[in-house]
Order: sequence, then structure tokens, then C-alpha cells
Amino acid sequence: MTPKVASGLSPVRETLDSGAVVIVQPTASTPAVALNATFLAGSLYEPDGLTGLSYLTARVLDRGTERRPAAAIAEALDDRGVSLRVASTRHTMTLSCTCLTEDFDDVLALVIDIARRPTFPDEEIAKRRAEALTVIRQDADNPAVRAAERLFELLYGPAHPYGRPAKGTPDSLGRLTRADLIAFHARRFTPPALSLALVGDIDARQAIDAAERELGGWAGAEPGAIVVPPPEPAAVRRIARIAMPGKPQSDIAYGFTTISRLDPRYYAYWMMNNVLGQFGLGGRLADNIRERQGMAYYTYSTFDATVGESPLTIRAGVDPDNVERTLAAIDGEVAKLGADGPTEVEVAETRQYLIGAIPRMLETNDSIAGFLQACERFGLGLDHDRRLPGLLEAVSGDDLRAAAADVLAPDRAAAAIAGPDAAPGERL
Amino acid sequence: MAVSLVPGATPVRRAVLDNGLKMIVQEIHTAPLVSVWCWYAVGSGDEAPGTTGVSHWVEHMNFKGTTNIPSEQMKGIVERFGGMWNGYTWLDQTTYLETAGSSALEQMLFIEAERMANGLYEPADCESERTVIISELQGGENDPDQLLDTEVIATAFRAHPYRHPTIGWLDDLKSMTRDDLYSHYRRFYVPDNATLVVVGNVDAEDVFTAAAKYFGHIPAGPPRAARRAAEPAQAGERRVVIEREGTTGYVKVVFPAPSVSDPDFVPMLVLDAVLTGAKGVNLWSSFRGAPPQRKARLYTSLVEGGVASMVSGALLPTRDAFLYTLSLTALDGVPLETLEGCTVEAIETLRRSGADPAELQRARRQLRARLVFENDSVTNIAHQLGYFETLNASDLLVSLNRRIDEVTADQVWDAARRRLGAATRTVGWFRPAAGGRPLAADGDA
Repeated sequence: MTPKVASGLSPVRETLDSGAVVIVQPTASTPAVALNATFLAGSLYEPDGLTGLSYLTARVLDRGTERRPAAAIAEALDDRGVSLRVASTRHTMTLSCTCLTEDFDDVLALVIDIARRPTFPDEEIAKRRAEALTVIRQDADNPAVRAAERLFELLYGPAHPYGRPAKGTPDSLGRLTRADLIAFHARRFTPPALSLALVGDIDARQAIDAAERELGGWAGAEPGAIVVPPPEPAAVRRIARIAMPGKPQSDIAYGFTTISRLDPRYYAYWMMNNVLGQFGLGGRLADNIRERQGMAYYTYSTFDATVGESPLTIRAGVDPDNVERTLAAIDGEVAKLGADGPTEVEVAETRQYLIGAIPRMLETNDSIAGFLQACERFGLGLDHDRRLPGLLEAVSGDDLRAAAADVLAPDRAAAAIAGPDAAPGERL
Repeated sequence: MAVSLVPGATPVRRAVLDNGLKMIVQEIHTAPLVSVWCWYAVGSGDEAPGTTGVSHWVEHMNFKGTTNIPSEQMKGIVERFGGMWNGYTWLDQTTYLETAGSSALEQMLFIEAERMANGLYEPADCESERTVIISELQGGENDPDQLLDTEVIATAFRAHPYRHPTIGWLDDLKSMTRDDLYSHYRRFYVPDNATLVVVGNVDAEDVFTAAAKYFGHIPAGPPRAARRAAEPAQAGERRVVIEREGTTGYVKVVFPAPSVSDPDFVPMLVLDAVLTGAKGVNLWSSFRGAPPQRKARLYTSLVEGGVASMVSGALLPTRDAFLYTLSLTALDGVPLETLEGCTVEAIETLRRSGADPAELQRARRQLRARLVFENDSVTNIAHQLGYFETLNASDLLVSLNRRIDEVTADQVWDAARRRLGAATRTVGWFRPAAGGRPLAADGDA
């Protein structure tokens, strides 16, 4: 009855002479292609004192090249219905978009041109800096953002690359010059720092040839790696409160530092986090805080493992009068899972869920491109999607218990609460 | 109709059970997945004062237990197949979805049939969900832009129930009873008010057979009166100003929009693309992330013009006339008078001279691309089929590409002249309070 159904990815990967890596995955679901060009150019690589440089560079990067003024880029994108995103994270800067198959060659040429030959015009820097300042002002009024930023500062310290504000501050953004952007681009945007994923209705050979054509003649050294320093060991519990008068709801960010994505215990941590705050509609946390106590519309945990010792973060938005009860509930779930580990049923259900979810996570061109970029960055292999079920099968209940015991202890937790109260019971 | 949203895919198939349940099935075999959506033609547009928010609360209750699925076992059914499940409520619809490995099809149909016929509505569950929903409402009010949106909608409508937020007014959420919820559930959750959509790696005949097995025994509901509310014509500009703690100014300018069945709907889609860039028509996916808009009128005049940090436009398919909304974030330091003035001037320029051929061509190309991008998964395709069917607008969905191509410059200009004038405008400001208390202070304890 059923025609052939894709049973896994089969990407083609090639390292070009310039050192750039191109990964192509042809798919047949829609007449479109997802492009994802990732450079190791995140905020981690900012020189001291230039906080926000990666963020501002991302905002100005696509506003003019040696070959195309900003208006020509705007026209090229808009005429094809393409919305180009340039996103800076702690580690990477990614240019990504989806285009119709018929526009693929043009859009690939445009994306590579933007990455390769930006001119950072002064008037564009001025406009995008003003926008960035507005975004920072909006963040300052957003309890969810305030709580998260404060949590990372508590966990890592204000000078650590994971602890400082990734978008910078009004002061630091104000100090950035065109020369800073140009120097950052020259240092971090080189072919050996590029991983280009192309996924969609394309032929792998033709796509690689097209990439080679656009990247031809671009040379540059491999940018140096940066070692992410370990955070200070968490000896004590840390709680910060951010008073935001007039906000109807308080936002809680609670967490720990954990392990690197490269740590062999990664899969046990992933499953442990799923039990804690993901499975179903928010794991044990939601069963308690939302379902049984009716206190929060959202509560969940995330485990975003990257290069350094990465955060496990618990979030909840609650009535200001319920903050202490919610913290107690989080403490309770954290302590219980840390002490007893998950049940055998939870281990089995979580494993079955994560394995079963692989085809869904890899359904769209965009999600496949993101997955292939992670495989490339962490050396997971081109067949990682096929090996993943085995990796999850190999995690034992004891591995999960050990992961929970390693990290989940309320007396070592950090928490930031942003809401109308300056202190428990003290409304401004 | 045998037309597909996806080039090369098998045609969409339809059937109706004796009890009135409409079924839409499309086989798509590119991934080992299936997406099941069950749609009910009821939303906040069907609610009366006193019980605003009842549709959304009922949606929440349908994630609790049923006669044959104890509450604690709801979780885990689709997860065993790697699946996700969710739901949403809006003006004209309440819908539930599961997307999972295709071997989960029967379990997904079982959940949806239970939801339709056998919800328990335990009083204690109703109470605990009351505070969850109030938390959802207050979380939304943490965002000044969302707060302004609620106030602007309530100002723009005088009579139509679209005027209240889908989540409901706080006092109604505090006072509604379990019986209010249960009677709403029993009245609207009947097969003849529902559409079941199944898209993915399935055999259509198998789906029809299984759907008959799970839903066939559920009786049709009593006749329901059609929604009658009509909005009187607006006689002059309306305005709302919110002033409170904040860091950033926001402006919204809204106009009565055409309903999905109005001949103006497609010309207005093109007009919106000219003003703010094309989004597409998928409520589930089109509004995540910015649209292509760097050449759009309002982007060039307001963002490039240095008065706004962001502009967006929203024209959504709705059963009755809703709103065309323009949302603007003031650049730090720009007075809201200036931002509003520049916005109105850009609109008036378009009303005076219309859009030029290059702009119209760009708008059509953008919409064409976005209609491809928004149908990139079985979940998104199933959403579109169910959403438009629930609005009685399936014909529009499958002919949208052609109708966008056929829109003329005169139709767009005419829509701008008739629909974007001062007399039918509602303007909202969120102005951060000047002076007063400090915005924020950090304290460690």
C-alpha cells in the first residue's frame, strides 16, 4: 500500500579546498530548500570589553556587500519571498533561510556573498544599533528574559562567556565601532570556520558544485579555538530577586550547570531532563506545579548542551503570591529525582518517546539542517540519526540515576525570580 | 475536491459519517508520520458576556481524563510513538492535534473520539485548571504588546463577540462554573460540528474504516443556532492609550478586515504583503519569525526611516469580519505621535496612488513562496485543511495561488481606499509611564 518512506538521512559531506564543509541532504517533501551557513562566531569570541559585538555584527552583516548594496540585498530577498535570519548564539553565528527550489542558486550566491564580503556601512551600523538598543530595552521589561539572564549570571559569573549578556549592554553597544565589526568578521568568518548545510529539493552533486563556485577563491586561516572555562563549583544555594513593578506574573528561572555535549554521559542527562521537565506536557514538574497544584500555565525544564558545562534550566510563570510555593515544589521534584532517580517505567517511556520522536524531529528541511549542523559541530557522524536509537538504548536506569544524583540538589541550585515583589511578600 | 496543497502528492479525499462527522484524509508518504487534527466549529466568537473564555477552558479540560482514559494515562499514549499533542482555541475554532509515528493512528483516533464523547470534567480538575488559565492570562499581560492588542481589539468592536480575548475576561474566569464548561462541551462537541483531518503515511481507506469504528457510534447533536452577532458600521476613529510601567512604546493601527469569504480577502492579502511583507495564511506556522519585508512600504518608511524597530501586519482568515492589524514598536526615544503619524502617512500615500506594478509582482511572488513554505510538514498541511474547512473556505485554500495571481492593481488600490481610511481606524498606544518608580532593581537574598 505504501510507497517507499524515508527511513533515515543519507547526507553527503565534502570538505572543500578552502576548508569549508558542505553537507547536503536531498529531500522530496516540498519544492523548497533550506540553507544554513554556520560560523564559529558567537559571543564567546568577542574580545574583552566588546560585549554584544557578535550580536551587532549579526544585525549588520546582511546590510551591504562589496557586490550588493543593502537595497539590492533587500530586493533579492523580498522578490523571492525569502526571509534571511542571521542569529548569534554563545558559540555560533548562523545565516539561515528557506527558498523555492527554482531560486536556490541565486539565494545560495547571495548568502555566501553576505557571509564573505560584508561592508558594514556606517549608516547601517547606526540604524541596527538603534534597533538593538530598543531590543535590549524590551528585554529589560520582560520578566522571562530578566530571570534567565540573571540565572546565567548566578551560575557562571558575570565575566564568564555564558554568564554575560549575549546582546551586550547599552554602554557596550554604544562603544562598538565599524572597525570592531570588520575585525571580528575578518577573524571569525573564514572558510575553515564555515559549515554549510543544504537540505531540500536539490541534487547533492550540483549543490556542492554550486557551493564550491560561490566559495571559490576565498581563503583564510582556521580561527583559533577557545576553551570555555569551567564555572565556579556551586557550593551554596543562590537566589536573586528582580523587582519589576506592575508585572502581573512572576517568572522563575532555576538551574544548575551540568556537562558538555561531548561528555559520554550526555544521553543519560538528556533522558533525565526529559523525565524531569519534558515528557508529556512538562514531565514531573508540570505534573506537580500545573496539573496537581494549578499554579502555572507553563513549567518545564531544558537541557541545552553545548561545548562548555551547559545549563539545565527549569522555568515557571506563576502568580506572585505563589512564588514560594512554586520554589518549594521545584525543590521537592529536584530533590526527589536526585535522590531516587526515575522509575523503571519512566526510563522505558522516556527512551521509547525519544527514539520514536526522531522521524518527527527530522521531518522538515529546516530541522534536518539544524540537526546536521549539530552532528558536524560535535563530531557525531553522518549516520547519527541511525545510531541515536542505539545510543539511547544503551543508557541504563543506573546511568539515569547517576545523572540525576550528579546534578539535582536544591542546596546547590541557583534561582532568579523576576516579578512585582522585591522580596517574599514585599510588593512594590 | 481533488486538489492538493503539495505538488505531486496524492489528492485530498473526503467523506462524511452518518452522524455528520466530516473527514479529510491525505496520503503523504515522505516520512513515517501521521498528523491527526480534530476541529470543532466553536471558538471565542461564539461566547456571550459572563462566560467569555469558556471555549478555551473547555479545550484545557479535554486534556484531562475521559471515561476510558483515566487522567493519569492521557500522558503517554502518543508519547510511546514518539508523538506530540497539543491544541488551541481561537475566534472560530477549537482544535486538537497529535503528530506521531504512523503506527499510532488508531490510538490517536481513540483519543479524539474520547474527547468528543466522554470527557469527565471532574469538579476538582475544573478548579485546578481555573488558576492555570488565570496564570496564562497574567503571563500574557506581562507583555505590553499583548496587553495593548487586547485593549485595541476590545475598542475596535462594539457588538461582535470577537471583541473579547479568546482566553476570556478575568472576572468571567473567576466566576464560571463547572456546569458552564460542561454544557458548552456537550453542546458543541458533537460529530456534526467537527472535522477530522488525517494526513501522512496512511492508507485513506484504512483511515475511513478506523474513523467509522471510533466515531461512528457517537450521536449527532441537537440543532444549533448559527452565530447572529453583527458589528455595526464604525462611524469614526477610536482610540485607546495605556500608560504604565515599561521601557518601550508600542502603537497599533487596526481596521475592520474582510472575512475569509469576502471578495476583498485576497486583494487585502496582497495589500498586506505590499505594506508589511507576506506571511502566508497558516495560523499554526506562518507567524513564527519575521516575513520577507525589507522592501515593504511600512518597513522602508518606519524601520529604515528610523522611527520603529519593528513593524508587522496581520490579516487572518476568519468566519466573520475581524481586524487587519498593524503593529509597531517605537525606536527608543521616538514619540508615539511621530510613529503614528508616519504610519498613517505611509497608508495615505498608498491610498492616494495605489501600489506600483513591481510591488504587486513582489507581493504575489512572496505569497506564492510562503504558501509552499507553510506546507512543509504533515502537521502543517493537516492544519490548513482543517482550518479552512472549519471556516467553510476549503475552496479558497485550494484556489489561493490562482486567486493571488488574478488580483489586479485596481482591486488592491480599491481595497486600500475603502478599507484603510481614518473613519474606520482604531489606534492604540502603549506609552511607558514617565518618571515614577525605577524600572527595575536587582537584589540578592
